[in-house]
Parts: sequence; structure tokens; C-alpha cells
Amino acid sequence: MTRLDESGAAARTSKGGPRRRGARAPGRRGVPLPLLLPGIVALAFLLLPLLALLVRAPWGSLPELLSSTEVWQALQLSLITATAATGVSLVLGVPLAWLLARTDFPGRGVVRALVTLPLVLPPVVGGVALLLALGRNGVVGQWLDSWFGITLPFTTTGVVIAEAFVAMPFLVISVEGTLRAADPRFEEAATTLGASRFTAFRRVTLPLIAPGIAAGAVLAWARALGEFGATITFAGNFPGRTQTMPLAVYLALQNDPEAAIALSLVLLAVSIAVLAGLRDRWLTTP
Amino acid sequence: MTDIDDTTAGSVAEGAHGDGLDARLVVDRGSFRLDIALRAAPGDVVALLGPNGAGKTTALRALAGLVPITGGHLRLDGTALDRTAPESRPVGVVFQDYLLFPHLSALDNVAFGPRCQGATKAEARALAATWLDRLGLAEHAGAKPRRLSGGQAQRVALARALATSPRLLLLDEPLAALDARTRLEVRARLRRHLAEFEAVAVLVTHDPLDAMVLADRLVVVEHGRVVQEGSPTEIARRPRTDYIAQLVGLNLYRGRAEGHTVRLDDGPAITTTEDLSGPVFVAFPPSAVTLHRDRPTGSSARNLWRCEVAGLETHGDQIRADLAGELPLAADLTTVAAAELDLRPGAPVWATVKATQTHAYPA
Repeated sequence: MTRLDESGAAARTSKGGPRRRGARAPGRRGVPLPLLLPGIVALAFLLLPLLALLVRAPWGSLPELLSSTEVWQALQLSLITATAATGVSLVLGVPLAWLLARTDFPGRGVVRALVTLPLVLPPVVGGVALLLALGRNGVVGQWLDSWFGITLPFTTTGVVIAEAFVAMPFLVISVEGTLRAADPRFEEAATTLGASRFTAFRRVTLPLIAPGIAAGAVLAWARALGEFGATITFAGNFPGRTQTMPLAVYLALQNDPEAAIALSLVLLAVSIAVLAGLRDRWLTTP
Repeated sequence: MTDIDDTTAGSVAEGAHGDGLDARLVVDRGSFRLDIALRAAPGDVVALLGPNGAGKTTALRALAGLVPITGGHLRLDGTALDRTAPESRPVGVVFQDYLLFPHLSALDNVAFGPRCQGATKAEARALAATWLDRLGLAEHAGAKPRRLSGGQAQRVALARALATSPRLLLLDEPLAALDARTRLEVRARLRRHLAEFEAVAVLVTHDPLDAMVLADRLVVVEHGRVVQEGSPTEIARRPRTDYIAQLVGLNLYRGRAEGHTVRLDDGPAITTTEDLSGPVFVAFPPSAVTLHRDRPTGSSARNLWRCEVAGLETHGDQIRADLAGELPLAADLTTVAAAELDLRPGAPVWATVKATQTHAYPA
């Protein structure tokens, strides 16, 4: 058996070698200018603003700027709400992704399209829609208020809701894709071993798609962290309660540009950290 | 050989009394319709043999409950299972590519079933360890499936299916995923384990050798229907369709017998030793055919046909000649004989078969 494995490994490497060389060869043959020039311009366009942020950063006063309570409050609130929104997205979004991937019900295509709508909807519109649904006089909000005394707009919970509304579709789409790619016959195998459909999902499917869920969760978290439009519309801009980092950046830009740059740097650092964390799992997936 | 036939016949009768498997599976799928009856007593190993697309796997999935049957019935040990959910059926399945859970060790794969049946984690793992030990896999208990060889993975899959104490064990092409070398050894092992299994085992295969080695009864399925069933010896001696004849390597013809002569439905007559009347099959092996360059004179063979070589292929150390003409047939001859006869596609030849080499039986 070892011999077989070794020869198999040898065959793989010898196969991979020439292919990789073959892939490099066309690159050397020269790239057409109509593709090369716009490509380089695009790259510069994407990187220049980030470089500008680094160049103009008030590095000297950075520690002082970042140590202000308001910054810490905003950062803390952002991290907490983004994580909570991701949690909500996971708890509700993974089952929704399973329903979309594994069951067949009338109008599934329409439901899927509706789920993706918040992806393309301007976040401000999302915020307005949330107000109309969950606001004090909203379709559902008026009942929440009169029956339970629950008010969601302009609260930290409201921030979480706004962020989850925008971020959950990313998770659902990502997990659904992973589920579709996963072999449903593993669930069948589990079923023949006496597992109910839920047990099969919990003990077999969930571990198998965990990488996809993690990637979706990171994506959703990053999206929640940067969420601006829906948050400011639905939850407002109260420091310590609903003022997240992006809101703080926007506000600071008007009074104290240096502070805005410092805050932006923090968000940039967080983004780069997320990207680095995703590198293996997600970005290299073809 | 008569022994085997007797025990098979006996066990089939037993199956009718309620113990074991008693099923008629009807699955309608648009243009395809599966309709087969299966009966087996505890201890029987039944092979569903058939070409690709014959409906064997559909039958297996219907038995497991993964495909609903649209008609017929399914009883196991006297209990109707037609409407039982797959997770509640006392059925174990070894899938074609095993489908071992990649994130679980061999031990946890085997413990999965007992765990679902309500055993505690410790009990399930102890039971799983016993099964792995029984199948000679004790030292691989901690290995993840991707670290296992094909043969080992197959045994883990078998252990996983057996650990639920099924009353019906289903194996889908159990040897198809293995390379030729491991296949021989795994086949022998599997035969032993199946012989030890006390409930009904049904396996699906398109390989006649697997079917004949592993099973004591073959059910040949073509186009969703049973075309023949019986012991491997019976099937090998008396094939009833071209597909089976090809599998077991026989020339097969259908005709009408009058005494020692069988007049084929669309061709010449064949002289046989059996004295029959009415519709019959005539079969003879390719090795029974003798080829001649010129019309043989004074040959004792009563069966003489003028043919033309349609194709040649090596078959072990022999040459298999496909002949067209009066009677399409396959003939085996040595390489030397093929050279002496100067055989090449299109060459005219005379084929003779002795009556004693043919075998006629009622259709």
C-alpha cells in the first residue's frame, strides 16, 4: 500500500510540474497592451487611496488620537455589534442556506432572489425599510412597543439588527454555495445509519461545510463592521450607544480630520487582518 | 453443484414464510420503470447483476428507503417497511465509494450508527472497536478515511453498516472502486464476511465474477426487469439473454427444437445431443468452435457453417474471433492456429461445432 501511495504522489508531482511550467510560458510570450495598461491603471486606482491614507496618517499623534475614550467606545461598539450581527446571521442564516440548498419548495427561486436583494440594495434604503418595519410606528414595531415595550430604533440592538440585515445575505449565499458543492450522499449515508435529517445535518454536513461557514461568517463580520447607511438611518448616531467606527470616522472628518484618518487606519488594519485570516480558506479558492 | 441448487431452493421457500426479505419493488421514473421481485432468507447473499442503467442501484436505494417505491411491497422479517423512513429501517448500506465521513476517524465512522440508535458515546465506541477488530482494522481505528487504502476503506464501510445490526445489508458495487490487484484480496475477504453475516445481504454489481464469487443466488436485471435468476452455476450453464451469455462467455441462440435438431428463429439449424421439443436455447462455448480455411471433408461435426471474420482480439493467451455470416458466433483459438488459418477481418472461414459440445435447454 505504501508503494502505491508513493507512486501516486510521484505521479501527482510529475504531473503538476510541467503544468505549472506550461502556465508560466504564455506569460512570457508578452501581454497585449490593451489589457496591460488598463490593468495597471486599475491596480493603481485601487491602491492609491490606501497609500494616501498611510502617507497622510498623523503617525506622531496617533497614540494620543486613538487613546481618546470616544474612539475606544466606537471601536468597542463596532466589534461587539459586528460580532453579534454575525452571530445572528449564523444562527438564522445557516438554516436558511440549508433550506435553499437542500429542499425543494415552490417559489424557491424567488426566495433566493429576495435573500440576495439586501446585497444590492443601497444600505440607506435598508435602513428606511427597517424603520418602517421595526420602528416605533412600524408594521411590526408598533406591536413590539405596545405589547412588550420593546423599542429597537436608535438602540444598540438596532445597530445589530441593521448590520445583520445587510450582512446576513453574504453568509447565506456563501454557505448555500458550499452546501451545493458538498456531496448530499453523505447525508444519505448518515440516514441509512439511523440518523434523522437534523442529526445528519448536525453531525455530518455541518462539520463538512465548516470552512465555508467560517468564510461566510468572516465575510459577514467584515461587512457588518463597515456598515454605515442602514445603521445611521435605523439606529442613529449616539456616541457610546449607536455610534460605530464608520459613523465616528464620518463625524470626525467634519471636525477633526486627523482623528478621522486615525480611525480609518484602525479599520484598515482590521480589514487587512481579516484578509490575512481568509487567505488560505477563501481567497485561493478558484 | 446439486447441493447448492437444493439449498437455494430451500431458502427461497423459507423466505416466503415471512423470515428474511420479501419485496416487489416498483419505481416509476418517467421513461424508466423498475419492477422486480426479490426474495431471500436470512443468511442468503443475493446479487443483483445487470448492465449499467438496468435499475440495480435504484432497486438498492428503494430497499434502503432513499427512493420511495411507487408500487409493490417491501417486507423484512415479516414487517412491512414500505412507509418506514430510511433512518428507521434495519438496513445497512455499503455505498459504492463508501462515503466514509471524512471528518471522523474510522472508529467514529463505525460508532456513528450505534450512537444514532441511542448508545452512549462509550458504548458506541466500544462496539465500533469490536467491529473494526473483527474486520482486521484494529490498528487503523484512529485513522481518518483519507489515510486508508481502498480495501481498508471498504472494510470500514462494511463495519459501519454492520455495527447497526441490520437485518438487511446492501452493498452497491462493493469492489468497483478498487484497483485490480487489491480487488482479488478484498473479494475473498468480503466473501468470508458475507458468509458469516446471518441476515439477508443484497449486493449490486455489473461484474459477473464478483456476483458469482460473493453471492449464492443471482438475480439478473435488464431494463428494470428480472430476466433470469438462479444459482451462479445455473446462470453460467443456462443463460437466457444475450447479456448473460456474453457475461459468462457463451454463444447463445434461441430456436425451436424437434428432437436433436434446433431450428433457429433467424438462421440455420444446430444439432444437439439433447432430445427436446418446442422453444429452446442452445449454448456452446467459443472454445468448442473449430475453424477451417476450406470446407472440411469427412468431419464428424454435424454443425458446419460458412462465416466471415468480423473482428479479432486477444483474450488471454487465446485469440477471440468474432464471426459473421450464416451464424454469428465467437470462436476461441490459439495464436498459432490463427496464424496458420491466416485469419484477418473479412477472411472467409468454415466453423464446426460438435453436437456434444452444445447444450440445449427449454426456453
